[in-house]
Parts: sequence; structure tokens; C-alpha cells
Amino acid sequence: MAKKLLEMRSITKKFPGVKALDNVNITVNEGEIHAVVGENGAGKTTLMNVLSGVHPYGSYSGDVFFDGQPCRHQGIKDSERLGIVIIHQELALVPYLSIGENMFLGNEQQKRGRINWHQTHQKAEEYMRIVGLREDPRTLVKDISVSKQQLIEIAKALAKSVRLLILDEPTSSLNEGDSRNVLDLLLRLQREQGVTSIIISHKLDEIAYCADRITILRDGSTVETLDNEGNEVSEARIVKGMVGREMTKRYPSRSRMIQDDIAFEVKGFTVYHELFTERKVVDNVSLKLHKGEVVGIYGLIGAGRTELAMSIFGQAYGTKAAGTVIKDGVSLELNSVPDAIQANLAYVTEDRKGSGLILNNSIMHNLTLPRMDFVSENGRIDKDLERKTADHYRESLGIKTPTVEQQVENLSGGNQQKVLLGKWIFSQPDVLILDEPTRGVDVGAKYEIYQIINDLVEEGKSALFISSELTEILGMCDRIYVMNKGKIIGEFPAHEATQEIIMNCIMQESKGEIGA
Amino acid sequence: MNSLRTTFRNNLKQYMMLFALVAIVIAFQILTKGVLLKPMNVSNLIFQNAYVVILAVGMLLCILTGGNIDLSVGSVVALVGAFAGTFIITWGWNPHLSILLCLGIGILIGVWQGFWIAYMRIPAFIVTLSGMLVFRGLTLIVLNGLTLAPFPSGYLAYSTGFVPDPFAGLELFGVRNTTSLLVGILIAVVYCVIQVMGYLGRKNKGYAVESLWTLILKMAVISPAVIWLFYILASYRGIPMVLIIVGIVLLVYSYFTSHTVMGRHLYALGGNEKAARLSGVKTNRLLFLAYVNMAFLAAVAGIVFAARLNSASPQAGQSFELDAIGSCFLGGASAYGGVGTVGGTLIGALFMGVLNNGMSIMGISSNVQQVVKGLVLLAAVAVDAMSKNKLPFNLPRFGKKSLEGQQSVES
Repeated sequence: MAKKLLEMRSITKKFPGVKALDNVNITVNEGEIHAVVGENGAGKTTLMNVLSGVHPYGSYSGDVFFDGQPCRHQGIKDSERLGIVIIHQELALVPYLSIGENMFLGNEQQKRGRINWHQTHQKAEEYMRIVGLREDPRTLVKDISVSKQQLIEIAKALAKSVRLLILDEPTSSLNEGDSRNVLDLLLRLQREQGVTSIIISHKLDEIAYCADRITILRDGSTVETLDNEGNEVSEARIVKGMVGREMTKRYPSRSRMIQDDIAFEVKGFTVYHELFTERKVVDNVSLKLHKGEVVGIYGLIGAGRTELAMSIFGQAYGTKAAGTVIKDGVSLELNSVPDAIQANLAYVTEDRKGSGLILNNSIMHNLTLPRMDFVSENGRIDKDLERKTADHYRESLGIKTPTVEQQVENLSGGNQQKVLLGKWIFSQPDVLILDEPTRGVDVGAKYEIYQIINDLVEEGKSALFISSELTEILGMCDRIYVMNKGKIIGEFPAHEATQEIIMNCIMQESKGEIGA
Repeated sequence: MNSLRTTFRNNLKQYMMLFALVAIVIAFQILTKGVLLKPMNVSNLIFQNAYVVILAVGMLLCILTGGNIDLSVGSVVALVGAFAGTFIITWGWNPHLSILLCLGIGILIGVWQGFWIAYMRIPAFIVTLSGMLVFRGLTLIVLNGLTLAPFPSGYLAYSTGFVPDPFAGLELFGVRNTTSLLVGILIAVVYCVIQVMGYLGRKNKGYAVESLWTLILKMAVISPAVIWLFYILASYRGIPMVLIIVGIVLLVYSYFTSHTVMGRHLYALGGNEKAARLSGVKTNRLLFLAYVNMAFLAAVAGIVFAARLNSASPQAGQSFELDAIGSCFLGGASAYGGVGTVGGTLIGALFMGVLNNGMSIMGISSNVQQVVKGLVLLAAVAVDAMSKNKLPFNLPRFGKKSLEGQQSVES
């Protein structure tokens, strides 16, 4: 009987307006690799934040036991003292410090405040050897690749004498080979050092490959824990747990009225990276949208989807963009965002807080921003018209707020997302580019957003739907493009596409063969 | 009712500063035994603070773009004064044309700084720090280190003069300058008419309107205040010319920031530059124009200030930038950009001005004055920061709270 290292019992955590975790139970045994899977918003990250003390004791209900002892973490320091180390999706290394300095950041090899550099570098080399890295510990972190940085993070955790290693999407920004490397390292650490780890990932094949047990979360609750000792759990089995319900109920139906006219077309689009101008991020992409059609772009993070969308939208991203953009049969020159807006394109960003909304402005000011010319005359704002317009969108989109004067930062995630969508619907676009339109939004609001999208295409508009949730793409789109490493590698009508076909398409491409 | 409360909360900082201003005026009125609000001193207050208000309005636009400040304004004030002195006193040019030329020089300075800040994306702090040195140095070169004086009366009229009084000798209500009183009443009436018309217009079109009481309260406070100010001015020498310049600046920029598309874009830029850019705001151009405008207003202030000194001095305008920046932050502007109003900035500038003037009348040494001003600035911004976090007395929890706030969205 394996010893329980961690036990979390009936954890419930509420945020204003959302129950992020609802009676979650999870047990991790000593020496195992335990996977936590679930859709976006299922509560994985929140659960890990409860464990690591980011959400302090008292802000949630339920009990956490580590090594049989009850835990009442007030902050990350408390959990680290027990040997719980979390490696976040965005790496937390300081780019302008050396490998050695990073590895012992906050844990310096020191004597009375004076750093022992010899010991720092020696130990850094030691830990790097364990994770299979051969680098000079004096190298600056910014000068090594992302996959090596990931390994440095793991080595850093080992240096803190980790007992439970938590990896949040460790492979999301790595390619296939490097990902396999990280997973193999985890397996080796488990074998040789007895390291217990929790891995959170969207990549189900990786989970099936390395996890001993799999806990599935859905809508903030634990669905089940699967035993994967013999690596016999299939991806389909995991998906069934994650999705749970029949697909048709998750997506509102719409009357398909795709017209024959091509509304929007991109031909031979190529874009280079903004900073590393030699690197192609979008490579000769061609795609088309019919009127009344929802077209999906699926790809892993880093496939170049956002870069493609933003560079189409008036070259808001990248350099040396080349290619043709055709709308309603007319070739367009879109050199700036105002050009794109004038051409009735809209881009709903994936990062609503970072680049979507002006958080300290009111709902009204956010809604009208893209087309101030609709509510102004000769540069003078018609405030009454603006308010009337804002009230109209508040009602029609069901934004839950007493007044449109409310600052956007006071709204829940779902309502913020509706404001973001609303501002682009207000811009009266013919073509909407939706980049992860339901990210960080709970299930109820998701359904409403899908409904809004359906209403738009039923009016004859077209939508380009970018998402990293495959189920969502399959549920919402009429046609699906698969993108990988900046290229379109496959195109499927919705009725032919399945999760397996699409994942296979990406897998084969990654292996260097021409897929689909 | 809810919307009223939201409006009130959004403007709370401004109301708080307004109350603070009234409180400090009353306090100094008592401490100076009534000297503060004597007609002559009120005129003095206006002369002393006109240039600060003009600079602060320009500074507000820079701060709105994202907490950028302009350190060079004091040097620009001096340089423009130096050119005015050289053109008018040394070379004997026409004062009116010289003023136009000086404003043009201001705009050129703005183009220079704006280019580096907006298009080359060099931090405004550094560009304007450089400008502070460069323009001060140029002032010394232009003036050859000497002070030029005096200006002819044609130039002085723009700033230190008073509006002529066609009703001289009428002595309505026993005041010396009847024009001033009439102007005050006229402004109050026009203000009320505009407010009522706006209210009725909105009501007729069926838009949500503020409550009638709010409107009446607003008019009942503002109209008497305006009439009272002009009554005091009427008891001295009437309306200072510079008050008209300041009034125009305040009106124009207050309208610009609240009623124009470009003004709205300015707030969007400061609130979230990436989002503004993706919404079609021409962010670089806007940032550029904010600095061109700043230098233009600094030139206006330079002309006003040179006239007040009645000389072009190489030492003019030192530490003006700090007064302007301080006024903005006292008036509720956010150090991160995107928040702040012209009205608030005016209140901030008046607060600083009354503090200066009141302490001077009381004979407090200028050394102590600086300490007091510094502490007041910190206190005002600290109160704001703490009220936002709603955790005034429990600072250690602050870090965790904010972290939790960030995490909540990702999960």
C-alpha cells in the first residue's frame, strides 16, 4: 500500500460570482506521477494555488494534509518549506541573471549575507547534471533556449530539496522532441530520486504516457481518478471524463446558412517574428471564409495562430508581413489597425486584460472605443447617443451590471468577455476574428458567448474561430483548419473531423511527415 | 440611484480634494486674519498661479498618456522668455508678432521631444531630463547669462494688465469695477442655462438623467462661487488679463478631454496602450501630440511669466515642472496614466497656490514651506492609494491580496 503524501479533502473555493472549486478531493501517493486534467476553467490552477498557498488558508474551505500533517499555508513560503514546489506555465526565471544565480534565487548559497560563488556554481553544475544539462552556470538565462530553461526550473526545484513537484503545463511552449525530454526526465527522477510530481497538461498523449494516476476535474469538481499503472488509459477515456456530457448540449445549435460567396480570403500570408526578424512565425498561410460560416483554426500554443490573426488585422503583429488579403472580392491594403477596422474587420484578442479592455474605464467607454466615429460628429462625442448605444449592448448581450458607467475591472470574467465581444460587435464587422473567445470563462457564460457568435453568423457575418480547446472547435465550427509551426497542415469539414483525426494530423506533421 | 453612487465614487477623489481646498482656504482665512481673501490678495493669487495652472493642464495630458511626465517645462518657460526678451527688448520687434513667434518656438521644441518619446520610444523621463538641461543651457546662451528688462507695456498687457472697465464710475453694489461684477453674473447665468438645457434635452430624448437635486445642488454651489469671485475682483482692479488666458485654456482642454474623440483616445492610451492600439487608436501620434501640446502650453506660460517678472531672466521657471506635476497628482491623476481631469488639476493647482500664499502671508520661512508642500503631496497620493486598496491599516496583507486578485482570473 503506497503512502499518501498529499491529501486534499472537500476543497471549495469561491471567487466573486464564480465557484472555482466545488468539493474537490485528490490524493497523491509518495513516488507517483499524478496528472490533473480538465478543460480551461475546470479549476486546475486554482487547486494548485490552494495547495501552494497563493490562496491562503481561510480563503477556501476544506482540508489539506501533507505527509499526514494538516497544512494551513499563508503564502508560498509556507508550502516551499514543506518541499512543495510549483513550476508555472510562464517560467519564473530572471533573464539577465546567470543560471547559477537563478537556481539559488531566494535560496542563496551564502554565509552571513555573503554569497559563496564557488559553491553556487559547483552545486548548479551538480543539479544540472541530474536533469541532463551541460551548461556553464555563468551563462545568462536569456541566452539559452526555452526547453533548457524549463529544465533549469526543474533543477532549481531539486535544489530546494523538493518533495512534491508541481508542473503547470510544462510542455505548452515546447516542441514534440523537447516535450518528450521533459517527460522522460520526470520519469527518471521518479525512478532514481523518488520525486513525487503533479503534472497539469492539456496534452492528453503526454499524460497517458507518463502518469500513474489521473484525476479529472470538470467545472470545479472532481469527476474521477483513473488508474494508469500499465499506461492503458486511452485518450478518449480521459476526454469522456473531461467533457462528460453529450457534446450537443454544450453548444447551441444554429441554422446553417452558409452562402456560396467568399467573404474573406487570405493568400500566401507570411509573417516574421517581431524581435527575431529572421524567424518565420506564419508561413505561407492561405484560408478562406464564406458568408455565414464559422471557420476554426486549431493548433497547439505556439503554432502561430494569434500571430496570424493579429498580422491580418492591420499588421498589429510581426514584421515583413507579405501576402494578399481579399474581402468581398477586393484586395485590401491593411497597413494599420484603423485600416482594418475601416474595412469592417474585427479582432477579439485572446488576452482581454492585457490587450483587450481598458480596465479602469467604464463599460460604455470600452464599448464605443473601436468606432468612436459612430457616436461622434466632427470629433465631438455625442454623449447621449453613446450612452444609449452602450445600454443597448448591455441589454442585448446580457452584461450583468446596474449601469454602463461601471468600471470594467469590477466585472466578472464572463461579463468582461461580453464587453470585449460587444465592443467588436458594435464596430459592425463583416468578418470577426475570435481568438480564444471563451478563455477563463465559466460554462454558463461560454454557452451565452457561443449563442452570440451564432446570432452574428446567422446575420450573414463570418467568424474565424481560434481556440486551443478541441472540443469547442468541433462543437462550433463549420470547417476547421489545423495549424502547426506557422503552417496550415490540414483542412476538414466539421462532419469529417474528430478529435483523433486532428490530433493525428498534428502528430504526423511534427514527426516530419506530410500529414492529411 | 445606483448610477449616481457610481458617479460619486468615481469622482470621490476629486470631491475630497475640493473639500480639502475649501477647508484650507477657510483655515488660512482665519490664520491670516482675513488677509487671504482680501481683493488684492486674490488678484495676487491669480497672478502667482496662472502659469502653474497652464503648465499643469499640459502636464495632465502627458500624465494621461501613461504616467509620463515632462521635466523640461521649467527650462522651456525660461527659453521662451529669453526669446521674447531678445526679440522685443534687444531687437525691438513688434510684441504681438514676437509672441506668435515664441509660441511657434514652443511647438518646435515639442516636436523635437515628442519625436524621441513617441516614435523612437525613448522614455519620456530621459528625453525631458535631457531637455531640461539643453533648454536651460540654450537660455543662458541666448541671454548671455544676463537678465533683460523691462518689457514695453504692449507686451505686459497680455499678462499683468486688467480688462478695461467701460462702466467706470458706475459703482454697482458699491464695487469699483462694475464690468467685473457683470461678467461674473453673466458667466453664472450662462452656466445655469447650459446645465438646465442639457438636463431638459436629455429628459426629452428619454435618456437616463441625473437627479434634479444633484443638478440644483451643483448650480447652487457653483454659481454663487463664480459671482463671489468676480465680486472680490471687482472690489480691486477688475479682471486680470491672465485670468482670461487661464480661463480659455481650462475651457478648451476640459472640453477636449471630456467631449472629443481624441480626448477619449488619450484616456484609452493611458489606461491600456495595447488595447488602445488594437482598437484603432493611433497611439504614437497621440503621444507625440501630447508632448507638442505640452511645449506649446509651456511657451504660453513662458510668455505669461516673463510679463509678470517684467524681465527675461536665465533663472526663470526653475522647479516649475514640480509644481505642475504636483498639481496633477493632487488633483487625482493616476501615476500610471488614464485617470485624471482638468477640473481636478485646477483644484490641485489652487490647493498648492493657497498653501504657498497662505504660509507666505503668515511669515513662515520658505524652508519650512517646502517641507509642508512635500508632505502634503505624499499624503494626498497615499490617501488615494490606501482608499483604493481598502486596507489602510493592515498593510502587510496587501501583497497577498493583490496576488490573489491576479490569480483569480487565470484559474
